[in-house]
Amino acid sequence: MSAPAPSMFTPAALAVAGRLGLRLGRANLEEFAATLQELAAADRRIVVVTSDSRGSGKLAPFGQALPQQIVEVGIAEQNLVGITAGLAAAGKKAFGVSPSCFLTARALEQIKNDVCYSDVPGVLVGISAGVSYGALGSTHHSLHDLAALRAIHNVTVVVPADNFETREAVRFAAQAAAPVFLRFGKAPMYRLHAPGARFAPGRALPLRDGRDVAFLATGETVVHALLAAADLGTQGVSARVLSFPTVKPLDAEAVLAAGRECRAVVTVEEHSVHGGFGEAVAATLLAAGLAPRFRLVGFPDEDTVTGNQADIFRHYGLSMEGLGATARALLSGAAPGR
Amino acid sequence: MTDHDLQLKAVALRRRMLRLIHHAGAGHTGGGLSCLDILNVLYHRVLRVDPAAWPAPGRDRYVQSKGHCVEALYAVLADRGFFPDAHLDTVCQYRSYYVGHPTRKIRGIEFNTGALGHGLPICLGLALAAKMDRAPWRVFTLLGDGELAEGSNWEAAMAAAHYRLDNLVAVLDHNTLQITGPTRDVMSNEPLDEKWRAFGWEVRACDGHDYAALTAALSTPPPAGQPLLVIANTVKGRGVSFMENVGKWHHGVPSDAELARALAELDAAEAKLKEAVP
Repeated sequence: MSAPAPSMFTPAALAVAGRLGLRLGRANLEEFAATLQELAAADRRIVVVTSDSRGSGKLAPFGQALPQQIVEVGIAEQNLVGITAGLAAAGKKAFGVSPSCFLTARALEQIKNDVCYSDVPGVLVGISAGVSYGALGSTHHSLHDLAALRAIHNVTVVVPADNFETREAVRFAAQAAAPVFLRFGKAPMYRLHAPGARFAPGRALPLRDGRDVAFLATGETVVHALLAAADLGTQGVSARVLSFPTVKPLDAEAVLAAGRECRAVVTVEEHSVHGGFGEAVAATLLAAGLAPRFRLVGFPDEDTVTGNQADIFRHYGLSMEGLGATARALLSGAAPGR
Repeated sequence: MTDHDLQLKAVALRRRMLRLIHHAGAGHTGGGLSCLDILNVLYHRVLRVDPAAWPAPGRDRYVQSKGHCVEALYAVLADRGFFPDAHLDTVCQYRSYYVGHPTRKIRGIEFNTGALGHGLPICLGLALAAKMDRAPWRVFTLLGDGELAEGSNWEAAMAAAHYRLDNLVAVLDHNTLQITGPTRDVMSNEPLDEKWRAFGWEVRACDGHDYAALTAALSTPPPAGQPLLVIANTVKGRGVSFMENVGKWHHGVPSDAELARALAELDAAEAKLKEAVP
């Protein structure tokens, strides 16, 4: 197990995590690679395609254990997705794995046409997504990928929050009959779900109930929402937390229940505020005639601040403290601000 | 079928293709006519595909990378019995599956193509799958020469040789003319034979309208471990004098009068062929 990035959580947030009994797991990327290797050892149809990305995808052990089930294409993402599509059409359960920044931008046309439009059951895995590569700069950030993929027909978009969601998402993708996009970060993640939690594509997972504010969050921001909710609880604010491992299709039922039952809704994502999870939630609420107090937390449309992932999260309020302040301001009716 | 039989069939297919483009009011006339003989040879002499058993797992795969020339493919597939010819009256119409590029919704078509530079990478995935399964089926794609400006082709060219995919055949419809003008003026890509050889491919060039030459180039397997490129030297608009090598017929749709003139030329060619019984 890797050590947690020391600055991802403040001492206060670590104390809340301790109070909740949260335990640190491994990076979702590592959980993905281990799960896939386990599945592939039992199912020879599973094939991984990498673009010089087996190291960053934690797939070197996979390559050593199952050399007949890994295809290296070199640094060539378009070819990666085309090959993944061809393998999938010929009966392989193909996982094309590449950093999300390259996979979903350079090879977006291949994702759209070769996989989604051609309707082959390929799995596209965007690794080190969002601002996982924080300090490397915007070439290596993928803050557009959910928006791009949400606008493409015929792909299930899955962004797991923790090791449990990751494992379940990989198992789902390995048997899916239609295209799936999986998105992982590389920081170690807290385990969020109690034993017995049930993952299903298209369904949100409840983490905490509450009536004042609902945090609807996806991916690796969910833990910060959970910590914020717990912290708000000590201040007399009742906060609901839902994890949305599936961004598309969206669990509209869970969104609408939050909109009806809570005074305010805060969406949280490691993505641009444009076109991602939050806008999907907002559209769902408005279409149903619901207009709770609403705040969309993500990355604003600006040159992203420099720093590591923890610096960037903190800067944009993707932290226990930031989300708590956003919720309190929203409930008090103050004008939105960071 | 003899070469003569296929030549006669090609005349009928050209007629069918022109009628369907005229009826649809859209289509890629020049490129369709340039690749039609290649498709005719592939579907009658090379590809192991059975319309009655579609999609049999052991079939050869054909992915038309230059998807815009779908009208030629539609004509060939209908003729081979993949679907009733009457379906072609719906091409490009509201709610028809027969759109202006290939889709898997049509019986006989493997992939949805039309954006250029996609077919070859897809074929690598198919060919790799066949190798993994030690399956004998082969994979074929049709590329345009203008299309070769897409960099993804070269990513795939490199990888095909790296993986020694001798079950992969790319046919280049080398008509040397693209929408803007001669390919050498738009983006020069010659010498193609040397380039592909340098990438590790077996390269064969032939007259893309010569049935014996095409058959030989496509049927003889490449050396073990090498993918095969067949550079089929073709004429854009082939078979209709006023369309040959004329840029506007890239996606020109014949008027009623132009169609009548083209069909008359093809009728004459057919009569001439029938006289020349081999």
